[in-house]
Amino acid sequence: MSEDDDRQQSPPSDLEFVSNKARNCNATGSGSGNPEFQSAYPDQVLENVLHFLTSKRDRNAVSLVCKSWYRVEALTRSELFIGNCYAVSPARATARFARVRALHLKGKPRFADFNMMPSDWGAHFNPWALAMAKAYPWLEKVHLKRMSVTDDDLATLAELFLGFKELVLVCCDGFGTSGLAIFVNKCRQLKVLDLIESESSDDEADWISCFPEGESHLESLIFDCVECHINFEALERLVARSPSLKKLRLNRYVSIGQLYRLMVRAPQLTHLGTGSFSSSEIAGQGDQEPDYVNAFAACKTLVCLSGFREIILDYLPAIYPVCANLTSLNFSYANITAEQLKPIISKCHKLQVFWVLDSICDEGLQAVAATCKELRELRVFPVDAREDSDGPVSEVGLQAISEGCRKLQSILYFCQQMTNAAVITMSKNCPDLVVFRLCIMGRHRADHVTGEPMDDGFGAIVMNCKKLTRLAVSGLLTDKVFDYIGRHGKLVRTLSVAFAGDSDMGLKYVLEGCPQLQKFEIRDSPFGDAALRSGLHHYYNMRFLWMSSCRLTRRGCQEIARAMPRLVVEVIRSADEEEVDDAVEILYMYRSLEGPRTDAPKFVTIS
Amino acid sequence: MMESSAAYENDLNLKATELRLGLPGTTDDEEETAVSSVRTYKRPLQEDTDHEKCGGNGKSESQNETSPPSKAQIVGWPPVQSYRKNNSQSKKTESEPGIYVKVSMDGAPYLRKIDLRVYKGYPELLQALENMFRFTIGEYSEREGYKGSDYAPTYEDKDGDWMLVGDVPWQMFITSCKRLRIMKGSEARGLGCGV
Repeated sequence: MSEDDDRQQSPPSDLEFVSNKARNCNATGSGSGNPEFQSAYPDQVLENVLHFLTSKRDRNAVSLVCKSWYRVEALTRSELFIGNCYAVSPARATARFARVRALHLKGKPRFADFNMMPSDWGAHFNPWALAMAKAYPWLEKVHLKRMSVTDDDLATLAELFLGFKELVLVCCDGFGTSGLAIFVNKCRQLKVLDLIESESSDDEADWISCFPEGESHLESLIFDCVECHINFEALERLVARSPSLKKLRLNRYVSIGQLYRLMVRAPQLTHLGTGSFSSSEIAGQGDQEPDYVNAFAACKTLVCLSGFREIILDYLPAIYPVCANLTSLNFSYANITAEQLKPIISKCHKLQVFWVLDSICDEGLQAVAATCKELRELRVFPVDAREDSDGPVSEVGLQAISEGCRKLQSILYFCQQMTNAAVITMSKNCPDLVVFRLCIMGRHRADHVTGEPMDDGFGAIVMNCKKLTRLAVSGLLTDKVFDYIGRHGKLVRTLSVAFAGDSDMGLKYVLEGCPQLQKFEIRDSPFGDAALRSGLHHYYNMRFLWMSSCRLTRRGCQEIARAMPRLVVEVIRSADEEEVDDAVEILYMYRSLEGPRTDAPKFVTIS
Repeated sequence: MMESSAAYENDLNLKATELRLGLPGTTDDEEETAVSSVRTYKRPLQEDTDHEKCGGNGKSESQNETSPPSKAQIVGWPPVQSYRKNNSQSKKTESEPGIYVKVSMDGAPYLRKIDLRVYKGYPELLQALENMFRFTIGEYSEREGYKGSDYAPTYEDKDGDWMLVGDVPWQMFITSCKRLRIMKGSEARGLGCGV
C-alpha cells in the first residue's frame, strides 16, 4: 500500500549544490590554509566505516565534511535516491557515484495523479535506463514513482542488467503487458515485481506465462493495478514453484475460486491481495464450494490483507481466522456498511493500518475506534467522489477515531462536512500525528455547526501536533490558517492547499515561517506575484512549488527565474490552449543543477 | 406540462408491463434515465450553493447528470485518483447486488453460476452461454422460439413456470429469473411453440 507517503524517508536529499559546499567546507576546514587537507588515515579505513551508513540524510551530511569524505562517501553509496528526476542529470549522478546497486527515482508532482498535468509532460525513465546500463551493469534494484516507463525501458532493464532483482513501479505509466512479458522472461534472478497504482495498457500479452520455467526466486508479486485478464493456470504453476513467495497481490480478474487454489499452494504468504473476491461463474459439482475459511486459517503468517475489488459479501466471513493477526487491512475497494464491517473489525485488535470507504459511515468508524487501539494510519476514501454527494462520514467519525485511536500517526479523511471542534479534539487526543490530511469535498465549506471558517481547527493541529510534517487543508479558510501554519508548523515539509486564503499574505506567512518546507502544492487560491517573491530566500531549499489557477502572471514568474538561476520555472498550459495572455495557469518550479530541460513539450514554457 | 406527464408515467412504471413488438433486450433505458436525472434536481440554481450542501442532487442515479453552473465538476477535485473512482463505481451506478443464477445444460455434467447484471441484454447473455457450454443457439423469433439448433435456453421464473428465454423484456427477465436451463431436443421444441 502506498500513496505519496514520505514518512519513512529522511528529509530532502536531492543532489544539490554539494560541490559548492564541499569546496567551501574544505577551504575553512584546514587551519593552516592548505588547499588539500591531509587525512590522518587512508581512504580505505573511511570506506570500511562509511559502508555501514544507510540513511541518506546521514550520507549527505558526511559528504559535506571535506573533500576526501565526499569522495569516499560517493564510493560507498549503494542506494541512490533522487527526489526529482530533473534536479540532476543521469550523467552527473553516474559521474559522482561509482558503485550504485539500487536506484530510487521520482518524477511528476503529485497533482499529476488527478489529471491536472497534461500528459506527455515528461519524467521519462529512458535516459536514466540507458545511463545506468553503462555505469552500473550490476544494478539490482529500481524503484520509480510517477515516471513514464516504456516497454523498451522494461526490456532494457531485463536485458542489460544481468543480476536484476527488484522492480517497483508506483504511479507510473507508459508500459503495457508486452513490456511485462519481456521483462519477466529475461530477468532470471527476479525477486520482486511490484506494480502499484500504475497504469498499464492491455496488449493482450500473456505475461504471466513468460516467467521462466524451473524454481523461481520470487518473493513479491504485486499486480493488483494491472487491468488485464491473466492466464490463471500459468499463475498457479508459478506460485507453486515459488517457495520464497511472501507477497502476492492479485488483480480483479482473479476470482475467489482461483484465489482459493493459490492460497492452498502458498500458505506462507504474509501479504495477500485477494483480487475480485467474487465469482461470476462457479464450475463444480452441484453446490460444492471450496472451504475458504480453511484456506485463510492455513495462512498463519498473513499480516496484510487487501483486494476485495468486487466483493461478494457472503464470502467475507472467510477472513475471520486471520483478523487477529492483521496489522494492515485495505477495504478501500469494498463498498460495505457499518453492519458488515463490525464482525470483521471487532477481531482486528492488532490493526495498525486501515484503508476503507466512507460507506461504513460514522458508525463504522466508531466500531474501528472501539477495537483498533494500535491504529497508526487511517485512510477514509469516498464512494462517491463528487462535491455535492451525500456525506456518510462527518465530524462524528473523526471525533470517535480521535478518542479511540490515541496512537494515530497518519490520517487521510474525505468528508462533506466537518467542525473545528472535532479537528481540535483530534489535535489534542492524537499528539503523535505526523500526517494530517483532511479533505472536505465541498469547496469553501465552513464549519457546519458554527458557520465559521475552518482556520482554528487546522491551527490547533499545527499547534498541538509537534511532530507534524505533512498537512493538507480544505474547507473555508482565510489567511489566518496560514498565519497559524507559519507560526507553528516548523517541521512541516509537505503542504497541500486548495481553494483557500484571501490574499498574498497567506502565502507569505507560510514561505516566511516554515523552514522545513520542501513540497508545496497549491491550487485555486488568490496568491499572486508579490507573494511569490516572498519565497526567494527559500526556494533553493525546496524540492518543488506547484501553483495552479492562482493569480500569477508570466512576468512575475520570469522575475523569479531571473533572480534564481538554479531554479527551473515551468509555466504549463493545457495542451490544446494557445498562449493567450499574461495569466499563468500552472506554475511548476524546482531547483536543478541542469538548467532548463531539453525534453519539455510545446505546452511547457521555461522562463 | 410535458415533464409532469412524463413524471406520472414513470411513477406507474408502465414500461415494465408494456406489450411490445420489438426484440427482447432492446429498450429505451438511456432515454429514461436522462429524464429521471433532470427530474431529481430540486434546486438547480441556488446562489448560496457554494456554502451549503445542496441536498437535492445526491439521489440521482445517472452518472451523466449535468451540474448547475456553480457546481460544475472541476478537474482534479476532489483529489481522488481515477482508478479509485472507476473501481468503486464500476459498471453499477449504485452498487446493485449481483443477480446470481445457476445454469445447467442437458447432458453436461456440471453447473455454472452467472451474474445476470453483467449482461446488458439478451444477445450478450446468449453469446456468453454459447461460449460457456460450447454450443450454438438458433435464431430467436417470438412465434417459433429458437430455430436452427437442438438447444433452447429456458428459465424458471418466480412462479415456478418454465419459460423460453427472450419472451419478456430484459429487465423483467433478470428480476424474475430463478435459474437457467439449456434444454435439448424435443422438450426444447415443445416450449418454442407459443407460451
